[in-house]
Amino acid sequence: MNGSPISYSDKKYKVLGTRPIRHDGTDKVTGRAIYTNDVHFPDMVHGKILRSPHAHAKILSIDTSAAQALDGVLAVITGEDWPHLKDKIAHLGEGAVNLADLSENCMAIDKALYKGHAIAAVAARNVHIAEEALSLIKVEYETLPSVLWVQDAMQDDAPILHEDLRTDYMGAKGDKPTNIATHLQFEQGDVEAALASADVVIEREFKTATVHQGYIEPHNSIALWNEDGKLKIWTSTQGSFTCRQQVAELLQIPLSRVTVTPCEIGGGFGGKIAVYLEPVAALLSRKCGRPVKMVMQRDEVLEATGPTPGSYMKIKIGATKEGKLVAGDAYLAYDAGAYPGGVIGPGCMCVFSCVELPNARVHGYDVCLNKPKTQAYRAPGATQAAFAFESVMNELADTLCICPLELRLKNAAKEGTRRVDGPIYPRVGLIECLEAAKNSDHWNTPLEGKHRGRGIAAGFWFNIGLKSSVSATVNSDGTVNLLEGSTDIGGTRTSIAMQLAETLGIAAEDVHPKVVDTDSVGYTDVTGGSRTTFATGLAAYEVGLDLRKQLCQRAATLWECDVEDVRFDSGTFVGCDNKKITFRELAEQLPEIGEPVVGRASISKDVSTNGFGVHICDVEVDPETGKVRVLRYTAIQDAGKAIHPSYVEGQLQGGAVQGIGWALNEEYFYRDDATMANASLLDYRMPTCYDLPMIDTIIVEVPNPDHPYGVRGVGETPIVPPPAAVQSAIYHACGARMFKLPMSPPKLWKAISQLS
Amino acid sequence: MPGKAPAKMAISTTINGQNYDFLCEPRQSLLEVLRDSLQLTGAKEGCNNGNCGACTVLLDGEPVNSCIVLAVEVQGRELTTIEGIANRGELHPIQQCFLEGAALQCGICTPGFIVAAKALLDKKPNPSEEEIRFALAGNLCRCTGYDKIVRSVQAASERIQAGSTPKQNPQPNQTNQQQAQQQQ
Repeated sequence: MNGSPISYSDKKYKVLGTRPIRHDGTDKVTGRAIYTNDVHFPDMVHGKILRSPHAHAKILSIDTSAAQALDGVLAVITGEDWPHLKDKIAHLGEGAVNLADLSENCMAIDKALYKGHAIAAVAARNVHIAEEALSLIKVEYETLPSVLWVQDAMQDDAPILHEDLRTDYMGAKGDKPTNIATHLQFEQGDVEAALASADVVIEREFKTATVHQGYIEPHNSIALWNEDGKLKIWTSTQGSFTCRQQVAELLQIPLSRVTVTPCEIGGGFGGKIAVYLEPVAALLSRKCGRPVKMVMQRDEVLEATGPTPGSYMKIKIGATKEGKLVAGDAYLAYDAGAYPGGVIGPGCMCVFSCVELPNARVHGYDVCLNKPKTQAYRAPGATQAAFAFESVMNELADTLCICPLELRLKNAAKEGTRRVDGPIYPRVGLIECLEAAKNSDHWNTPLEGKHRGRGIAAGFWFNIGLKSSVSATVNSDGTVNLLEGSTDIGGTRTSIAMQLAETLGIAAEDVHPKVVDTDSVGYTDVTGGSRTTFATGLAAYEVGLDLRKQLCQRAATLWECDVEDVRFDSGTFVGCDNKKITFRELAEQLPEIGEPVVGRASISKDVSTNGFGVHICDVEVDPETGKVRVLRYTAIQDAGKAIHPSYVEGQLQGGAVQGIGWALNEEYFYRDDATMANASLLDYRMPTCYDLPMIDTIIVEVPNPDHPYGVRGVGETPIVPPPAAVQSAIYHACGARMFKLPMSPPKLWKAISQLS
Repeated sequence: MPGKAPAKMAISTTINGQNYDFLCEPRQSLLEVLRDSLQLTGAKEGCNNGNCGACTVLLDGEPVNSCIVLAVEVQGRELTTIEGIANRGELHPIQQCFLEGAALQCGICTPGFIVAAKALLDKKPNPSEEEIRFALAGNLCRCTGYDKIVRSVQAASERIQAGSTPKQNPQPNQTNQQQAQQQQ
């Protein structure tokens, strides 16, 4: 049930908005696309990592001698083989990292901070020998008490992970050891006075479990430290340039000596920005002089890469009896995992982002505990916050007997609304999304039947800009080769190529996009933050303008006239006396009339594209078991301009389903000894297609003023509303209001049992 | 005992209609041998313990997770991998419908889905949505939300039943290109 986008623009396009076959599609449906694990080099050996069995332990000694002696083992490394790094903050495009922490996360030095923390690594002739070698490494540990829940870790008597950590509060450091790395605060207006004046005040506490991005391709990398001192890396990464930077800094070698080739990437969602295997494979390669391939097993992915935080949240809102919000007060405490620097910042910025709120206050805490270092996961930090805030909004609607959609329309953020962390929105599309929801078939179809309910929620994500570079060459057959540094996770080769095609007035298929290595294109930030179609697309537009300018010059040469007399008119160059030549015809003549045409463009956009979405969800609850079945689901979102509507729909559907998994089933389940009990894709229960209905989408197009075609990023927002939408649907189905994620059968069954 | 690799066994099998003879250790999975020894890397390693379906191949026509089948088990049997789905330069209707229906994003699960869908449509050319979802429930996709995958299998089912020959150059491409050229 996916129709044409609802457009708020009069602009007409030839290529944008069509649905061409993606350029890399055939390779992917035939199994020919080359992912890192498909790359093979002569002489290649295989690396494996020994990981801590304990959640918190001092490493007393490591004896690798038996592993070294095993036939077929070529190299063994431990934390001692790593350069010793001092604290230094490095910016990775989407978020920042302390390099000393990153180094220790890749391989522990004197303490293991979570189950699965890397302790040592081996390279061997094949994986089986490598695994045998791991079993021969003897590690003596002194186990320490561990802490797994954010509120427990904040207590004064909690086990301390980092003795030198002090709380950073508004730039000042605390005076005692703690697990609270940062205490953030945003405030505007007078919250206390406004709450006192409110007709209704609702205050609720929420908890969410740790969940993982769950990309199907595990982390995998190949490194070759060549005899010439140059390091080559092939890897599954969202950002080849940030990968290069991290590896160079961690190994203390010049950036220019590292070349990162991003292979096809089998999913990321934020989890493939930080490095894990790349520097380990590099050190092993240096030691054994051969290319080293490393592939994580699924339990390693779950236990030792970055999930998104579990959280504790408290939200208080005050409103008039007509449903106008007057004040909001939020307290958010998020897991950072083993090292400081989780996603609490964006969580705090997003919590009230869908409403106009004159008086608001947010306190946020970034808290270390004995779990893997958390990482970005699709709208990092926003889904947790939206679960809490949007659930309270729905409860307010129920309390005041106002339609939850009308309540949102009454308070919706719009152009000129100031967010609690400061920025004022330019033209945004939340109201248009709410109107689209109101007019949708889903919203206007009554829901009938026992134990069934409908819920709604809104969501927001900034969608970042940052840096992108592209270059392009014109072929004499009228096509264009486009080189880009943005790795393609979800079809961005096509959405970027389409923007160049539109600019040149040629077909999408006549642009040949290629994702190239870090030696072959200008600096480009990560494929993340919903930035790629927006920012690299903008670079593609700019390179199109560059090519147009150069081709006008060539047409002038051809016609022996002034370049001022040549203009470009949708795919055709027009000169004086109404001379005309198409892009293709001119390209064919280029070899005869001068030097080859090569364009380049780099952009650096310090803006957000502000993505808003609204989701509607119908569920049926089985009161006997607490199992929830999603009956119908509609995701509505402002895409600014949907370059390739099918892939925008795909982003909305995929994000919604990840959010449904988060809402209903997914969680890190820990045993008493602080080890993960469900570190497999059988037990870490992601939705299968048998769990779901079709996911309907409605694309709204309110043009983004910061992009010539109006593009907004779309990838992240769709994961934000689902948990709150599902929560509300469950309440309307069975009367149980759930404050804890996931709303899995045992928890819901218990809540239903307590109702009667 | 560490260091002593088990003796290799000689295996003869048919893969995508061709005879293959290879040596493997009894501890090697079929997936490992396909990918590392035979360079058939179309089957993907997603979880290596039978949970995600990315490595699905057909063993005597039945879909199996090749990561939890031992290579020695395929002696004398018949395998089809994603490399054997297209027919002499022509995509299979399922592959064509996945392309046209935008049924892939990162693409790592795609070979497994296509092979599993083929197993279904070979047996049951006209499955219901429920039957499609049931047949593909062993294949995880984290990107698409499954909607476009299920719709593409439905479209392939219709196309196979209609008996139309798959086109190598997809229609929407031509349409776009023609449109763009006409407008130039």
